[in-house]
Amino acid sequence: MHHNDFQKQEGRLFTKSFFVLLALVLIGAVLIGLRFTKGLGAVSNMSDGFPWGIWLAYDVATGTAIACGGYTVAILVYIRHNMHYHPLIRSCVLTSMFGYALAGLSVMVDLGRPWNVYNFFIPSRWQLNSVMFEVAMCVMTYTLVLIIEFLPGILYSLETSEWRRLRAFANWLHPALAPDQEKLSGLIDKVRRTAGVIRPWLDKVLIFFIVLGITLPTMHQSSLGSLLLIAATKLNPLWHTGFLPLLFLVNCIYIGYSVVILESLISSYAFKRPYEVKELAGLAGIIPWLTVIWLGIVFGDLAFRHQLSAAFRLDFYSGFFLAQVLLVLAGSVLLFRARNRTSPRWLFVSAVLIVLGGALYRFNVYLIGFDPGSGWRYFPSLAELMITVSIVAFEILGYQILVKLVPVLPRIHMHGHGKPHGTHHIENKAPATKGLPDGI
Amino acid sequence: MKPLSRRNFLKTAGSCAGLLTVAPVTCALASGGTDVNNDELGMLYDATRCVGCKACMAACKRTNNDHGNLEPETAKFDPDGIWDAPEDLSGNTRTVIKLYKESPASWSYVKYSCMHCQKPSCVSACPVGALSKDKQTGIVSYDKTLCIGCRYCQIACPFNIPKFQWDRTMPQIVKCNFCKDTCLKEKGITACADVCPVKAIVFGKRKDLLTEARRRMKDHPGRYVDTVYGEHEVGGVNHLYLAGVPFTKLGLADLPADAPAVFSEKIHHTIYKGFIAPIALYSALCFVALRNARKQESHQAPHDGGSRKGKT
Repeated sequence: MHHNDFQKQEGRLFTKSFFVLLALVLIGAVLIGLRFTKGLGAVSNMSDGFPWGIWLAYDVATGTAIACGGYTVAILVYIRHNMHYHPLIRSCVLTSMFGYALAGLSVMVDLGRPWNVYNFFIPSRWQLNSVMFEVAMCVMTYTLVLIIEFLPGILYSLETSEWRRLRAFANWLHPALAPDQEKLSGLIDKVRRTAGVIRPWLDKVLIFFIVLGITLPTMHQSSLGSLLLIAATKLNPLWHTGFLPLLFLVNCIYIGYSVVILESLISSYAFKRPYEVKELAGLAGIIPWLTVIWLGIVFGDLAFRHQLSAAFRLDFYSGFFLAQVLLVLAGSVLLFRARNRTSPRWLFVSAVLIVLGGALYRFNVYLIGFDPGSGWRYFPSLAELMITVSIVAFEILGYQILVKLVPVLPRIHMHGHGKPHGTHHIENKAPATKGLPDGI
Repeated sequence: MKPLSRRNFLKTAGSCAGLLTVAPVTCALASGGTDVNNDELGMLYDATRCVGCKACMAACKRTNNDHGNLEPETAKFDPDGIWDAPEDLSGNTRTVIKLYKESPASWSYVKYSCMHCQKPSCVSACPVGALSKDKQTGIVSYDKTLCIGCRYCQIACPFNIPKFQWDRTMPQIVKCNFCKDTCLKEKGITACADVCPVKAIVFGKRKDLLTEARRRMKDHPGRYVDTVYGEHEVGGVNHLYLAGVPFTKLGLADLPADAPAVFSEKIHHTIYKGFIAPIALYSALCFVALRNARKQESHQAPHDGGSRKGKT
């Protein structure tokens, strides 16, 4: 449905940034190999006091919040019925798909006994008291749902593509290796027809998956907060509260909208497309209300638990608490001004502030505010960081490739802002910006 | 009319969602304590009797040694590996004796091992039931054939007891299980309590251990601090302590009487009771989304994306 809203990005696949990202991915792959042969201790600084490190805190807890674009924009489009956000949805679903799939990948790297994961699929072994169980099931299902949500785009491409790249590749191969031209054409035809059969059928039931794709993140994003409820004696009282699930839910929604803004600005910049200011201004109008509600709950809850003074004690914990609050607050104050909401620069600045603040909140809960007792310290090792970096690089790499193979990005002529460039060849002027975790 | 009704619907849905998240909190705050079962098995460690011979540590490894588990550990000062010298509980050590030194005249041994909580956080946390509490004996034990290695038990345990084998390709969680499959089966007592030469470790039912602890406190006034550690901490634990110096100095943290697992489960169960809330949310969202889709079809204008004004 609405395939006209989207278009492929033109340009070469193998750009300079492609190889940079590929190199990062390969380094990560080697380190992951080391982890599976020598044990977790060989690559990470995690310990019995800090059994969860940056992989959980960033890749899973923060990464999935950053990947909430698909969830939050789906709420706008399919529940609030603001169809003018529809052009944004496919790129959001794509980044969400990558975010979640790779969070799943880092969990598999992080798990000590991954060969036992099949236990999740044996009902007699389900442990329904466990928040982790709920998170795991929800995240696995949601990743599947995201893939299904993205399928129409892929099927559409399979159906309409001329397969020039594949044909060129077949021609480039040595004649001894190259498949027979006719055979290839026949095969392509078959794939096309199959895609043509599946797509209309999928379009009919897709709405049920889309709604599932809204229900599941509501569940597991709040549960990501619930995970730390049980660490009542370890998590600093500034963060340990019964409202953790609610705070995590609201937090992921405003991070989700901010990331959509960032992603759109960055891909417009990198792919030299006009900025989608009108849609983004609309999103930016929602964010400050969410953050105000969130800050209200944070401070209301602190007052209720008589912890307000601890928040302003200006010690280690209070410092990180205030940093998290100020970042979110600064971004929101900027967005309350209508003029800032239509300026790509201020949109960028405020979205960065809010994503950083929101992400810091999650880091505070998972790592910084977590105190298992004296004698335990944690700071990620280089290898541990590199694995996270390589996973993020893989995410960006996949995005870069898929937007050129599948119509994902909003169709340019639909918007009256700025003139589209005649040819959209890619130079990727900003690999540095794209390397930021926020850019996913 | 239509946008108004939708707004009303969203308002209702929003307040329902709000209620769903606030209700569990108030519910959890109102929670009472857990019922303590004094018939469960437990251990009483008397720090004032312990002579620090570490026979219990050796017996523990000897008895429970298994493939990839409880191997001797070398310390930094001992490059030749002459001693089994664990620094702390670890992936190879289920119990350890430490010495707290305040001054040459004032010191105390202390033994660490699993506390076998009445309401164990690790059992509540484990997603696949690899950690379980026996209903009769109250023993909290670990099953490596189920464990996925997520280490949530380590996050959850208020005593930092479960240890993970960070240096192994096929790591396990290591913690005391009261010799469930070894010494307890054969002799009806744990290996550590069996070998203790001075009755610093007593094994038995929790109620008998509490009586014994009170008796010792009464018989030797001034010898002990006047509480039994573990009687009320985190909802009560089955591994109890007597000591002559404050427990916090022995590394036994000052913990509240509420079990964290009760708090966490109350909130989690209120949200997910009977799976009603998620199903209700899904059906409500389906209803709205389907109506929107129908509306979209009925006046499917040619694509003029910007013409429909957002109301946000």
